[in-house]
Amino acid sequence: MVTLGELGTPVINNWCPGCGNFGILTSIKSALVELGLEREEVVLVSGIGCHGKMTNYVKTNGVHSIHGRTLPVATGIKLANPDLTVICHAGDGDCYDEGWGHFSHTIRRNLDITLIVHDNMIFGLTTGQVTATSQEGFRTRSTPHGSIPPPLNPIAHALVSNGTFVARGFAGDPKHLQKLIVEAIRHRGFSFIDVFQPCVTWNYLNTYQWFREKVYKLEETEHDVADRAKALVKSLEWGDRIPSGVFYKEDRPTYRDNLPHIKGRPLTELALDKVDLSPIFKDLM
Amino acid sequence: MKNNDLSIMIGGEAGDGITRSGLLLAKAFLRGGLHIFGANDYQSTIRGGHNFYNLRVKGEEVYSQADLIDLLIALNDDTITRHESELVPEGGVIYDGEQAKMTPQRGDLKLYSVPLRRIVQDLKGRLIMRNTVALGAAIALLNYDLTLLEEVLRDSFEEKVADLNVAASKSGYDYIKKNYSADFGYRLERQRSGHKMILNGNEAMGLGAISGGCRFYAAYPMTPASGLLHFMAAQERNYEMVVLQSESEIAAINMIVGASFAGVRAMTATSGGGFCLMSEGFGQAAEMETPIVVMVGQRPGPSTGLPTYTSQGDLRFVLHASQGEFLRVVIAPGDVEECFYETMRAFNLAEKYQLPVILLTDKHLLESHFEADPFDSRRIKIERGHLIIGEYQGEEGYKRYRFTESGISPRAIPGTKGAIVLANSTEHDEYGYSTSDPELTTEINEKRFRKLSLLIEDLGGIETTKLYGPRSADVTIISWGSTKGPIREAMRLLKERGITANFLQILYLEPFPTSAVERVLDEAKKTVVVENNLTSQLSSLIREKLLREVDHMVLKYDGRPFNPGEISKRIEEEM
Repeated sequence: MVTLGELGTPVINNWCPGCGNFGILTSIKSALVELGLEREEVVLVSGIGCHGKMTNYVKTNGVHSIHGRTLPVATGIKLANPDLTVICHAGDGDCYDEGWGHFSHTIRRNLDITLIVHDNMIFGLTTGQVTATSQEGFRTRSTPHGSIPPPLNPIAHALVSNGTFVARGFAGDPKHLQKLIVEAIRHRGFSFIDVFQPCVTWNYLNTYQWFREKVYKLEETEHDVADRAKALVKSLEWGDRIPSGVFYKEDRPTYRDNLPHIKGRPLTELALDKVDLSPIFKDLM
Repeated sequence: MKNNDLSIMIGGEAGDGITRSGLLLAKAFLRGGLHIFGANDYQSTIRGGHNFYNLRVKGEEVYSQADLIDLLIALNDDTITRHESELVPEGGVIYDGEQAKMTPQRGDLKLYSVPLRRIVQDLKGRLIMRNTVALGAAIALLNYDLTLLEEVLRDSFEEKVADLNVAASKSGYDYIKKNYSADFGYRLERQRSGHKMILNGNEAMGLGAISGGCRFYAAYPMTPASGLLHFMAAQERNYEMVVLQSESEIAAINMIVGASFAGVRAMTATSGGGFCLMSEGFGQAAEMETPIVVMVGQRPGPSTGLPTYTSQGDLRFVLHASQGEFLRVVIAPGDVEECFYETMRAFNLAEKYQLPVILLTDKHLLESHFEADPFDSRRIKIERGHLIIGEYQGEEGYKRYRFTESGISPRAIPGTKGAIVLANSTEHDEYGYSTSDPELTTEINEKRFRKLSLLIEDLGGIETTKLYGPRSADVTIISWGSTKGPIREAMRLLKERGITANFLQILYLEPFPTSAVERVLDEAKKTVVVENNLTSQLSSLIREKLLREVDHMVLKYDGRPFNPGEISKRIEEEM
């Protein structure tokens, strides 16, 4: 079982001081320790953006993939080897802009993968442009007159895409986030956590303070996580009060459960030779 | 009387089952020991439009469709209008005289009117069975053995449908025998029957993939590569594979990168447009040194172009696709045997050298029907290169990108005890951690390219080019890919005209087999490059690699494959 110390890497962390990513980094490491996993059985997949450096900062297996494509890469890994715990870290630009086409499809496949989106509502690494979750009217270097369309709602999209675990966390509350991550990884199926991650350099609007005033925990209310319709209503709540925690949770067979011919076996364990093609040859005659 | 040498065309609308009937007839001929080649031509539509199937059948091996038609089976008027001029003098036409609003204009043709629709209606069959009636009629005209077609029908359909089809073919057969005295000048006779397969390039590639250890296949449908997706999906549960239709080509290539990173042989296939979308993921595989196999089935571009036709216009594209400089292998099979064996080999090369491999094909190769003996999987041994599975026992911590003399770093898969495996699309150090250090950047680029010398040495042991015909000839034809078939037929035609030709097929386009090509060029009296494109991309490649010009180019870029006579005629003109 891995210890916190063993999860460190020699790479010097160069996120901005105060960056919301630190909270997520702490939470994921603590969650891996809490789950008692070994480094060799975990694969982190990250995309491109500030969040992408996660694979440099956590000593597990990893793929620092290209922009927007963490989900299909993770899909390939998990289908190949279900014994691996596969966790995607993606940014809001990464997942909700560039990679948006994969979001609903990966969710509805319900592979046993965890997606953690570092949602700071801005492009950080490219020095401050709007993303899909930037607020209406948000002024950035690419929208000097204010962002025109309203933001998209990842929680609602995950719910209507038949997501089986949909949650929201806040990097300013790493203990709570750790709890969510542990629950998400334990969930047998696709788990999705949108994490509010303040960008202290570029996002002047959605600051720690801004989130702290608004974010409350669903588990402290009467919310029923088994009711998708109610979860959807909650997902639309935005303004003075913004819900966090688990919106919805459901047990449903995973994509791989529906592949009876490989029965949970890693494809890596199959013999590559000893293939008998003669039945096909016969069909072709 | 012409014996065992015939070209048949079946034409009709989309939805008439044209390709299927061509395949059934081809199988009936093949089972009688004859040799066949079948090519389909269809438009991008599900109903209506004009489809046809060109079937060549001969007593000796045949590699391509012919230039002219001996017997035309016309399921509609349009087929007659469009193809009448392609018939040989005194060629035959089977058509439904009760339905046709016109008859062929040429006086020399032999017309065989068969009430296709009425026969089907009398049998209470579905209208699509008109084609089976026509097949029976054709077999009667050719004096061939109807029981062979019956066998094929019984093997192809469930009992009830088979019964109806057998009855339909018998009715067509009897109608000809009763109403037309045997005056058609062509005859097909059974020869020593063989156990040959009939298959297209997609199926041969699928067989090669399964045999080559592919256990993960993800793709998005795109003509002409969809056939491979269908084949793999049909075999998924018979061979312990995961076959998945992804949400896009971008997803497909990233999925196979993920699967391969996890240690599984993985493949995708698409056409040029889909490969545009895959280009970034393709480069990712190169930067991460993750082995993948990508089949690119060409069709005419630019853009959507002619979606259901053939082309060789993407050679330069696949040679250069994706940003930056990296090693890749590009293999262009020219027939189904090469589709099978080179697909197997592609997986070996990808894993041994930890790089992306492209199998470059086209519609003509992927969808035409070839005959072949059952393939021998043992001919190519599975070689996985420097792979670490189970436990890593190195003295120092595992480095995914360890700088080695060969440039090949031992590749552990995630889950290996004692190894933390980090792949990175960003430039990285030996461990896989991101870096922008100039010295490390230089070093890792050189490491990746160092693999080239071992790769070239390895390829030296296999046929990266093939030479057909005599070593010394009046003309040397140079080409790649699916033009192989028509070129081999053209060589026969040239021989009849007193011109000896040989043919250099370039099977490996990257790394380019420079010295093998040079040896042939040194001995060539006159060189002609034959290609299905407008700019002669192979000629430019030869210029680039060998600083030499070829003498002539025979190019075609109308979306259609070469007919043998087109090649031989244009070469003859240049002599």
